[in-house]
Amino acid sequence: MALKVENLSKTFGGLQAVNQVDLEVKKGDIHAVIGPNGAGKSTFFNLISGFHPPTSGKITFNDHDITKMPPNKIAKLGIARTFQTTNLFEDATVLDNVIIGNRLRTKSGLWDAIFRTKREKREEKESLEKAYEALDFVELTELANEPIANISQEQKKRVAFALALATDPELVLLDEPAAGVNPDETEGISALIQKMADSGLTVCLIEHKMSMIMSLADRIMVLNQGKRIAEGTPDEIKNNPVVIEAYLGSDEDESAEVTNL
Amino acid sequence: MDLFFQQLLNGLSNGSVYSLVALGLTMVFGILHVPNFAQGAFYMIGAYVTLTVMTLFGIPYWIAMFISMLAIAFLAVLSERIIFHPLRKAEALHQMMGAIGILLFLVAFAQVIWGPNYQQMSSPYGNAIGLFGITVTQQRLIVIVATVIIMLILHLFLTRTMIGAAIVAMAQNREGAYLVGINANMVAMLTFAISGILAAAAATLASPINLVFPGMGDLVIMKAFVIIIIGGMGSIPGAIIAGYILGIVESFGATYISGDYKDIIAFVLLVIILSVKPTGLFPGRVN
Amino acid sequence: MAKLLSKRNGLIFVLVVALIMPFIVPNDYILHVLALVCIWSISVYGINIFTGYTGNLSLAHIGFFAIGAYTLGLLTVKAGWNFWLAFLAAGVLSIILGFLVGLISLRTNGHFFAIYTMCVGYIIYLIIDKWDSLTGGVRGLIGIPGPASIGPITFESLTSQYYLLLFFLILTIFITKRIVHSLLGRTFIAIRNSEELAQTIGISTKKNQLLAFVISCFFAAIAGALYASFVRFIGPEIGGIFLGFEMLIYLVIGGLGTLSGPIIGTLLIVFLTQSLQFMQEYKMLLFGPILLIIVIFYPNGIVGAIEGIKRKTRQKRKKSGPNKGYSGIEEVS
Repeated sequence: MALKVENLSKTFGGLQAVNQVDLEVKKGDIHAVIGPNGAGKSTFFNLISGFHPPTSGKITFNDHDITKMPPNKIAKLGIARTFQTTNLFEDATVLDNVIIGNRLRTKSGLWDAIFRTKREKREEKESLEKAYEALDFVELTELANEPIANISQEQKKRVAFALALATDPELVLLDEPAAGVNPDETEGISALIQKMADSGLTVCLIEHKMSMIMSLADRIMVLNQGKRIAEGTPDEIKNNPVVIEAYLGSDEDESAEVTNL
Repeated sequence: MDLFFQQLLNGLSNGSVYSLVALGLTMVFGILHVPNFAQGAFYMIGAYVTLTVMTLFGIPYWIAMFISMLAIAFLAVLSERIIFHPLRKAEALHQMMGAIGILLFLVAFAQVIWGPNYQQMSSPYGNAIGLFGITVTQQRLIVIVATVIIMLILHLFLTRTMIGAAIVAMAQNREGAYLVGINANMVAMLTFAISGILAAAAATLASPINLVFPGMGDLVIMKAFVIIIIGGMGSIPGAIIAGYILGIVESFGATYISGDYKDIIAFVLLVIILSVKPTGLFPGRVN
Repeated sequence: MAKLLSKRNGLIFVLVVALIMPFIVPNDYILHVLALVCIWSISVYGINIFTGYTGNLSLAHIGFFAIGAYTLGLLTVKAGWNFWLAFLAAGVLSIILGFLVGLISLRTNGHFFAIYTMCVGYIIYLIIDKWDSLTGGVRGLIGIPGPASIGPITFESLTSQYYLLLFFLILTIFITKRIVHSLLGRTFIAIRNSEELAQTIGISTKKNQLLAFVISCFFAAIAGALYASFVRFIGPEIGGIFLGFEMLIYLVIGGLGTLSGPIIGTLLIVFLTQSLQFMQEYKMLLFGPILLIIVIFYPNGIVGAIEGIKRKTRQKRKKSGPNKGYSGIEEVS
């Protein structure tokens, strides 16, 4: 198991955002987390990546207990994530945005910066290579020197992927990777996620686009009101009455999508 | 015991002034998430407007105060329109710089118009009277009573009028307020107007006790920031209570500890509070 | 390549002009002002490293300027220390105090941080103002010695002091440039862009902000110590928040988070103030509105505005041929 979540709960004030959720993600799998709006999906990701401390439960990644770790330490262990909004530095180039991804694998500090030590030079070179490698992976090499402000939404998503990949992760958490991207481009994003898994990465993603999930995911977990209501292969999920029930009782677009499958 | 009541009364009157200024500051923060450093300059200009209207035209104290409230409300709305509105989507750093720019301009403006010297404001309540065996200047009592009245009016406005309710709604939930169709521009302007009115009132009330000079708002605004953090950023009752507490603590601190370091109390208090609780005493308020 | 050469030539030109200044200025007064520009600039570079590159507003900066000035002043005047030893002590003390203040204050976020540091700054000011027996209170501290000679080099003439200050300024700019163009500098910029994103890519934001804060306090204290030794007299007002605001204005007008912004902003405004002598006292009547215009229309200051224009023309030109190669962080500076 790459990632193991046991009995994970999070309460905000009196609200039970995530309620005793268990999850096991196998190495190399694409594991989707779906559920109606407000089901606690993003909170679940925030707990795994260390942005919120869980109220109770345990998270293990490659046999490391990461339950109480801060986000930067979790990233160093090999968990990368992307956000719904890309948060990139608009004034800087694509390359400049991605180079920093390798920072967590470097050690150069103030001394190295001021005296431009051998280590600084070597690590800068490594970071640059790493960035180009990541950009190559997401097929954006030719845009490397373009400012973020000049590229499309879908390209920004790819840059965010590249940044995540530049941290050299084993597991990537993708929060709605296809949100704000048109249907044609969604295909491309899907292919890219598949490519990540094929290259040996473990992928965990939140997504609303059902057709995309069903064709992409190896396994799916369904959350509703903070609780895990189902877990299984896409086929199992599709025919699960509890899941259909949950979706019918919520957002119309999504329930339409799920029942139309 | 006499000294005790004397200091309590002084503390209450100083606290009244702090509360009024902090109220405006906390409302603006609650609605626009801008720490308005210029509030101290509004306070200072407010005092000068009252003073000028009184000395130049011989207009009575209370009417002068009313004119000053209108003038500063206008000044506050103007700065919202010209400066804070264009900066509403800017980084927090730039919003703060905007507020600092207004502050510096207004302080220099006051120096040009009214000169750098200390001036006295006479009020009809200069006499000292005996009360429960202690002597107090009438003005201190006036400050305390007038502040309570102003706060009551503000309370009625916020709870009994549509637009007042809109301000409260927006302070609690900005996005939600947009959704239910509250005119955000209107609310922003009105909030600034209220903060201006409160600053002018506070300054007019305090000036006969203290003095009028271009730097008179500097310490007040810094302490007001301390107050709104202690009271919870954006919290109206918090600002009022913390304002009175600070006034009283300072007053007793000056008597029983050291007059020299009286002004340091607020800042040390805040540094201690934030060191122990980095998100403030009431963290739920900030989003 | 031609561009690189022209940039280098430009730098050499500016350096040469700065070096021959003492021989071309019509009077000592202008040289005196230039020396002050060097001092202010060092302090403004300090604000820039923290506020400009990591994006937090510290209002305690001016307090550290005063700490530097008073450390040097007190150690030389009252304790009779050697000048350079006292100078070193000012730097070391600022690092220690900056570390402690930063450690606690950086636990707060955003506006809280600005207000927290404002309080720290004011406490420093008040201590200097009220601790009469140590600092001389409002009367100030007089008789601070100028820089002691180093071997055969003495700093008695104004020209030699100007060169000394210029040396420290160039050193400051050099260090800033090295930091900004390093992995560390990229880390700072990533934090300014988004703390959340920086954390997810494994950056310890607090640790890096603390480092930037300490560097910034160090520059402030060095500038303060140089100020004390240059002016020979200091009073509590050098720790006042308004002087702090003034330095912030230099930075914002010049360009937050840019390499040349601090020096350009400082030079421009100090000389504008000098040429408008009649309005010395009321200069904020002019600079307040200028600050507001810059903040609203050119959030990255003069340098940022020029960079923006350059970038646009470069893009137009680029359409004729691809611009390959590692552009470095100049793009964002």
